[in-house]
Amino acid sequence: MTKLNRILFGLFLLAGPAVLASETGSEASERMSSSSDHAEGHAEEVKEAFNPAEVIMHHIADSHGWHLFDWNDHPVSIPLPVILYTEEGLVVFSSSAFHHDQEGTHVVEAGGQRFVNIHEKIYYASDVANAHGVYAEMDEETHAVANQSPWDISITKNVASLLFGAVLILWLFLSTARSYKKNPNSSPKGLRGFVEPLVVFVRDDIAKNNIGPHYARFVPMLLTIFFFIWINNLMGLIPFFPGGANVTGNIAVTMVLALVTFVVTNVNGNKHYWSHIFWMPGLPVAVKPLLAIVEFIGIFTKPFSLMIRLFANITAGHIIVLSLVSLVFIFETVWVSPASVLLTLFISILELLVAALQAYIFTLLTALYIGAAMHEEHH
Amino acid sequence: MGIVTPGFGLIFWTTLTFFLLLFLLAKFAWKPILKAVQDREGAIDLALKAAEAAKAEMASLQSNNEQLLKQTREEREQILKEARVLRDKTIADAKTAASEEAAKVLESARIQINNEKMAAMTEVKNQVAQLAIDMSERILRAELKDAAAQKAMVDRAMQDVKLN
Repeated sequence: MTKLNRILFGLFLLAGPAVLASETGSEASERMSSSSDHAEGHAEEVKEAFNPAEVIMHHIADSHGWHLFDWNDHPVSIPLPVILYTEEGLVVFSSSAFHHDQEGTHVVEAGGQRFVNIHEKIYYASDVANAHGVYAEMDEETHAVANQSPWDISITKNVASLLFGAVLILWLFLSTARSYKKNPNSSPKGLRGFVEPLVVFVRDDIAKNNIGPHYARFVPMLLTIFFFIWINNLMGLIPFFPGGANVTGNIAVTMVLALVTFVVTNVNGNKHYWSHIFWMPGLPVAVKPLLAIVEFIGIFTKPFSLMIRLFANITAGHIIVLSLVSLVFIFETVWVSPASVLLTLFISILELLVAALQAYIFTLLTALYIGAAMHEEHH
Repeated sequence: MGIVTPGFGLIFWTTLTFFLLLFLLAKFAWKPILKAVQDREGAIDLALKAAEAAKAEMASLQSNNEQLLKQTREEREQILKEARVLRDKTIADAKTAASEEAAKVLESARIQINNEKMAAMTEVKNQVAQLAIDMSERILRAELKDAAAQKAMVDRAMQDVKLN
């Protein structure tokens, strides 16, 4: 129970302000992974022991196969292609080749090379297994793997979900665009009635209001960011295939989006913007270098906060939903299920709001940063 | 993989997917959608403006009509008034003329009557005078046949004339 309390405490911190979450998030993850390591030790002794942290962390993280459910203690997954860029070129094989092994005990031979999967990271396998049957050199204390890794560009669960999302977005908006081409001047109905208010909202309330007169150039980018985040957020809330992956709660995804904002903002920064960063006008000369340092750091913290905010919010949502579902298994009684289901329903509805809200916030802040970078001097 | 360590593969695929999406959507979705929305906004603005103009025109037309109607009514009123005045004047004039004529006729009649009367009177007077003269002549002739009578008469006359 104390462990559960600690996890829940961590969850609530994650759900809190983004800056806080960025710190506690990493701590919580370390804590959880270490606790899951302990649980593995126990798992051999008590087979039935349920470890919610392990389940949740496994879900939050990316994986090479798409795990659907367990059948008679045997995991059932959709195999996904593993694509590795090795020293000897591209190597492709199915994730089912690992036979659900994530401990490095099963070696896959492909393209004349040998690979192991240790906690969903793929390494070149050692020639012989160590004392624990793992084909890798591991530090006894930290469990750090000394083996080399190939460049891993596998279609993982998150990548697959990302591609599903992309297809969904393309279908949604290309078919809408087609209907516009067919009858250009009719009132919005059907898909158009759904899409048009959102498009107009992004254009007018996000782009026009925050960027200023030269907003039109950025509308396609903002629209893409908005719908990319929103649709992927929503897909993450669907509990079964092809939803349920934690795409927008993955820091790699949010990092790419934040980098887009970072690059677009700074590429469009005008003289006024840069002068306010490196030589703030209207201040004593002694203060200017000091402020320049602060402002320069600010260039990076802005997109960094975007990255952390989206990641923390979506991950927190997934963790809360899974924790509430896990209550049934933690208490090992079906009688807790009404509370569990009702709470999950409540949080899921909240997450629907969060999904839209985070997409809106990310897009809005992107527009704000671009607007600030393009702001003309008039004072 | 720690959840706060970005994985290379996902970065790769996210970048690829995002930019592919951005390209495809910008070219084939956002452009036509935004253009259509803008066009329709333009059309709606235009239609609203046209409606506004039509309304204004209608209003001005109506006010014109009213003006015209009012003017016509005033003109009619004016014409009627003029007619009435003319009628009154004509009647009055006629009356005046008639009465003047009547007066004139009366006057001339009176003058003629007067003249006739005067002439008649003069004639009567003349005849009476003639008659008186004739009578007096005969009486005088008869009375003054002798000298005594003539003398008596002078005496009587002399008595009437009292000399102071």
